[in-house]
Amino acid sequence: MIYLDLFLGFLKVGLFSFGGAYSAIPLIRDVVASYGWMDEEMLAYIIAVSESTPGPLMVNLATFVGATKAGILGSAIATLAVILPAFFIIILILQILKNFWNNRYVQAVIRGLAPCMMGTILAMGVFMAVKNVLPGLQVSAFDWRALVLTAVLGGVFFGSGKIFRKKMSPLLLIGISAVLGAVVYSF
Amino acid sequence: MNLLLDLFLTFAKIGAFTFGGGYAMIALIENACVEKKQWITHDDMMNVTVIAESTPGPVAINCATFVGYKQKGLPGAIAATLGMVLPSFLIILLISFFLDNFLEIPVIANAFLGIKVAVGLLIINAAIKMLRKLHKTPLSVAIVAVAFAVMSAANFLAFHVSSIVLLLAAGAVSLFVYAVFQAKKENGGHDL
Repeated sequence: MIYLDLFLGFLKVGLFSFGGAYSAIPLIRDVVASYGWMDEEMLAYIIAVSESTPGPLMVNLATFVGATKAGILGSAIATLAVILPAFFIIILILQILKNFWNNRYVQAVIRGLAPCMMGTILAMGVFMAVKNVLPGLQVSAFDWRALVLTAVLGGVFFGSGKIFRKKMSPLLLIGISAVLGAVVYSF
Repeated sequence: MNLLLDLFLTFAKIGAFTFGGGYAMIALIENACVEKKQWITHDDMMNVTVIAESTPGPVAINCATFVGYKQKGLPGAIAATLGMVLPSFLIILLISFFLDNFLEIPVIANAFLGIKVAVGLLIINAAIKMLRKLHKTPLSVAIVAVAFAVMSAANFLAFHVSSIVLLLAAGAVSLFVYAVFQAKKENGGHDL
């Protein structure tokens, strides 16, 4: 049943996304791929929309996937599922487990989770960047526009940190990329 | 004003106006809950941030739950968390109804092809930022490398590896290594 799948799928995301908002993305990708809910292209679009709207990224993504698969109820269920673990963990820590999280063995486990998430996120980002330029990983499908965009946007984004001390915001990068995409792909 | 309503509205305001989530939100929560409302102390805020970093789930939800619970127990936690989520929930819900139609307009579809490139860069950037902050030990660096290699192989060769299984394996290895080192120390052995 779609509602149960959404609930369980996003409960897993909420329970395992150690290390910040972006750690949810590989997990959400797992969930939507295993149920066949959306392709990677659509996932990239909703990541962009979720970055460009206020609120926590992870919550926005859950709402979005739930809404496209099962309307208002679906989005409510997915959103609830993704926040439940964080909600109960804080209450448990305040109530009973004050020392549990500081236990050195628990900390040893957590020290293993964070680097694993980083490797996973990096692998996903690199894969997406390559697939933009080589759709379907076919050399014959080489997209030179995507290569130009990747070089220009990458240069501007990572270069901005060096030139202006502060890296440009994700929102500004998405805005620039939208304008460049509309121009480059219209010819 | 009723405290529950105040909690709800304060967090709704933060939820409605913070882009980028996570750490941008912590600054706003600190400003609203520590300085203006004095619901929690600065030390509380530091504590919850540290807890939020090592627990799963959205950092903003952790903070909202914490502040709400401290003020008014379970009802307070629910009011604050609901407030945090509701604005973006409604916005995304609205957008999701229109995105498909939106993508049928050629210019918009082209714009999204550009955006797809930006999303790849943002994900790489998120990983780099996390890696910079990582406390680097031989074990943590090895876990990053193995996770990257395994997930890259899975992506490019189109076989499936569950991120959760990989995470659990990394947690188990880390625990095992720690336990072995502890045992060695207790036996009076030398550090490696």
